[in-house]
Amino acid sequence: MKLFPIRGGIHPEYRKDMTSEKAIVAMPMPAALYIPLQQHIGAPAEVLVAEGDLVRKGQMIARNQGAVSASQHAPTSGRITSVAEVAAPHPSGLPQKTIIIEPDGKDEWADLPEPIADPFAADPHTIHDRVAQSGIVGMGGAAFPSAVKLNLGAQKKLETLLLNGAECEPYLTCDDRVMREYPDEVIDGARIMAHALGTAKVVIGIEQNKPQAIEIMTRAAAAFPEIKVVAVPVQYPMGSERHLVQAITGRETPARKLTADLGIVVHNVATARAVHHAVRFGRPLVARVVTVSGGAIREPSNVMTPIGTKVSDLVEFCGGFSARPESVVNGGPMMGQPLPSLDVPVVKGTSGILAMTAEEINNSPTSACIRCGACVTICPCGLSPVDMAAFIRKDNLDVAAKLGVMDCFSCGSCSWVCPSHIPLVHYFNYAKGVLRELESERRKSERIKTLAEVRTIRIEKAAEAKRAALAAKSKPAADAAPPGGETKATTEEKVNA
Amino acid sequence: MVSMLIAVGSLTLIGLTLGTVLGAAARKFAVKEDPLEEELKAMMPGSQCGQCGYAGCSQYAAALAKGEAAITLCAPGGKPLVEALSAKLGVAADLSDMEDKGPEHAYIIEDLCIGCTRCIRECSTDAIMGANKLMHTIIVDACHGCSKCVKVCPTDAIVMVQYPMTLANWHWPKPEIENTPPKPALVHAQ
Amino acid sequence: MSIAIMKKSGPFAHGFNTVQKTMFTVLLALMPATLFNLYLFGWPAILLFTITVGACVAVEAACLLLAGKPVVATLADCSAILTGWLLAMSLPPWAPWWIGVLAAIFAIALTKHAFGGLGQNVFNPAMVGRTVMLISFPVAMTVWVAPHPLFSAGAPGLTEAFAITFGGNMPDTVSAASALGYIKTELSRGIPVAQSMAQVPDLMDMTLGYRAGSMGETSAILILAGGLFLMAKRIISWHIPVSMMGSLFLIAALFHAIDPARFTSGTFHLMSGATFLGAFFIATDYVTSPVSKTGQLIFGIGVGLLTWSIRNFAGYPEGMAFAVLLMNSLTPIIDQYTRPRAFGRTRKGEPLPLEEKP
Repeated sequence: MKLFPIRGGIHPEYRKDMTSEKAIVAMPMPAALYIPLQQHIGAPAEVLVAEGDLVRKGQMIARNQGAVSASQHAPTSGRITSVAEVAAPHPSGLPQKTIIIEPDGKDEWADLPEPIADPFAADPHTIHDRVAQSGIVGMGGAAFPSAVKLNLGAQKKLETLLLNGAECEPYLTCDDRVMREYPDEVIDGARIMAHALGTAKVVIGIEQNKPQAIEIMTRAAAAFPEIKVVAVPVQYPMGSERHLVQAITGRETPARKLTADLGIVVHNVATARAVHHAVRFGRPLVARVVTVSGGAIREPSNVMTPIGTKVSDLVEFCGGFSARPESVVNGGPMMGQPLPSLDVPVVKGTSGILAMTAEEINNSPTSACIRCGACVTICPCGLSPVDMAAFIRKDNLDVAAKLGVMDCFSCGSCSWVCPSHIPLVHYFNYAKGVLRELESERRKSERIKTLAEVRTIRIEKAAEAKRAALAAKSKPAADAAPPGGETKATTEEKVNA
Repeated sequence: MVSMLIAVGSLTLIGLTLGTVLGAAARKFAVKEDPLEEELKAMMPGSQCGQCGYAGCSQYAAALAKGEAAITLCAPGGKPLVEALSAKLGVAADLSDMEDKGPEHAYIIEDLCIGCTRCIRECSTDAIMGANKLMHTIIVDACHGCSKCVKVCPTDAIVMVQYPMTLANWHWPKPEIENTPPKPALVHAQ
Repeated sequence: MSIAIMKKSGPFAHGFNTVQKTMFTVLLALMPATLFNLYLFGWPAILLFTITVGACVAVEAACLLLAGKPVVATLADCSAILTGWLLAMSLPPWAPWWIGVLAAIFAIALTKHAFGGLGQNVFNPAMVGRTVMLISFPVAMTVWVAPHPLFSAGAPGLTEAFAITFGGNMPDTVSAASALGYIKTELSRGIPVAQSMAQVPDLMDMTLGYRAGSMGETSAILILAGGLFLMAKRIISWHIPVSMMGSLFLIAALFHAIDPARFTSGTFHLMSGATFLGAFFIATDYVTSPVSKTGQLIFGIGVGLLTWSIRNFAGYPEGMAFAVLLMNSLTPIIDQYTRPRAFGRTRKGEPLPLEEKP
């Protein structure tokens, strides 16, 4: 299949061999599980249980609320010890409402929804509802509720489901292992999703550094002519949705549009497997494969981890630390987020837990920019990191926004390549945060201006009504004047009408 | 002598001509409305709270445009607005005693509220819900932090609080000073 | 187990390139040409080279002290050594010591640190140092000598070298004209190029470097080798050298074809003067050249055309340094207009139109 070039990109030290030959192992149930109400993009779920409740594995313990949200399920049977504020797996370490479960060790399944007997005969809505019910989110890291994405077929004309098995982040091998160990489940999940989306074609994109996965998936897909496995070049960030679409179809997603506007929906391979479980067995998403790796981990492994397991328990299962980690990262080394402590839970979007030594990170103190232009050359988004960072440094965020800082998706290539070790991505994260804040403040003040205007109009009308009433009062029929409170109420109705 | 006179004469002539042209242009193309006032009005929060001492935002903007009002009067605008006005009008402002507390909103201590509705009448953005003899609540999304309600509350049941930092609004701070490699002691500590 | 509180966002992986490594690689690439030229011009050249590089480092240290910046850590980036090195290579090899010192002050203090230090300067420091000297001391800066290889007959010994560099006792007999200067002088006397060309060293000598000129001007082949090494190491890309030499060659060849009596050939322009040094080591200076590849092409073409124009129509026989400085001043503008197109956007920054699939 003809592939298309993508701009820029880098070739970091992949170090995938630390875990790529380690088969997925299940970890024993920890002493406590911490299920945050929000493990996804969108609104947090609504708690359905209370302290002391007994729950069984797969039972919904928090329901999705709002258009973009995902429900949470008990990863095992046990007792709810509390619903409390617990530090989130987030660089800020801020607390988040979390359901804490004490497992009873029986790991008993709840009464699950009936399997959908023939998903390909089922209405797409049935599948969409099942996925929503099962709390599935994108497992590549962004954790966007999958049901919302599966619903895109209802709004847009779609042609292709692109299954993302690129796994371009260094260290991570969880998708690689899932494809190698459960190829049929992934393929079945992909076919179900394609049916739900109404796409005729399925393309599975895998980076060439995973030859076994490519071979196994090609064999598993051989029975289905609509599925094509494509080996894409090893080039970070190939796994970015827009770039993978460009590499495979040659089409560039316009800014502020979705790949779905081009008729292509991208899902992660692990998500496809979760959909397979939800549809064929009624099982919600309660565990995921996490790559535990990095130079400071004694036994790097791929671990089937119950959602809500504390990172410290997971690290301990992998033999603990062999050296003092410089930082522990949630996700891959390029786009992952640093963890503030090990006392945070593994969530649905956790693809890796990396304990990295200072040598692996290889950072040095920042020196002056020598304008070498490497960041401009490698930026996969065609931005000019050197200029944007210079303006952000002087707090000239408007200019940085004009130069496209909001188009940056923090892939980290510029920071990786910079010979002066300037924290470019950090500058952009800062600028994006401030610009988003300003935008929401601006929207709020717009709203408040409208509120104030409405009130002014209402008060004027009320005054007018009062004057009219007074005028009426001065006339003979004086007893008909209504009391003040009611005047307000009636004028309010008028304004609302 | 004659050449000097010619030089002086021609320069005078040029000066007079250009001066006339400029003067005429200034009259012909004079901007009727004060654009500054409009621009300032757009910068105001627009909630008409009147905390500045003027009837509303437009009146304060007009006073600012004429240079009659201080630029530090707007409570909801806070420090960011003062900075923006200072840059716009070229007026120096003493910001040292005006610490940037970040945006605030009103909060009703429900135990103390007696349901007098005074704050409801005072609020210029309808951000307080409640009725006579019933406890009141602030609609945080509609509150712009003018703190007028705090002043009218007879039981001091309203306080101004900062927006809490949450996972939704947290963002990375600006990277620390660069171009200065850490001091030797720090390097050692690493 | 506690872990360090992270104050930095990702990525948690970094490449192995550093500023120091980059500068060091450039020095390494300059090494063969430098050694050959030091051999060719003997002890006076070695003395001047040492003084110029030393002066640059000393001035850099003084400026850093004055600015309150860390001295040792910043000196370790090798940028001052590189500037001094390139500066020394652009001076007449037997020039007196104060030329090197003054040039160093102009290059480092006024061109680099007055603008804020490494990365902040608009103009190429070494080239400012050289041109200021050329304009201020035209005589001292245009005394070229024929090669006097070390230990060869007639080559100055160490004592004589001290007399030349520090005493200003330039032996009268050794001065020679550079090829570009000779042609220009002859042309001004009405002697056509074709005739004067017979007197300049043949192409072979020019390629190898056995001719009069500054150290960086002579050995084209060793400079080329260094340049190719830098490209192989991905320190520089082909854009500036190729566009610069290409445009210089093309315009020279065109005018040579039109009027061979007035204009020298394209090959002569490529092989003479500081063309190779300029193309691979001067114009490619990161700080003062554009960051985008398109910008670098424009920059290179500009330098090539300006060099040719200055060589032919201006008062100086060699125009490389002036051409680079002129284009340096345009770099910010070139950068502004040659930013790459952002993903999913048009050149103007609007989102791409959503075209229907064909």
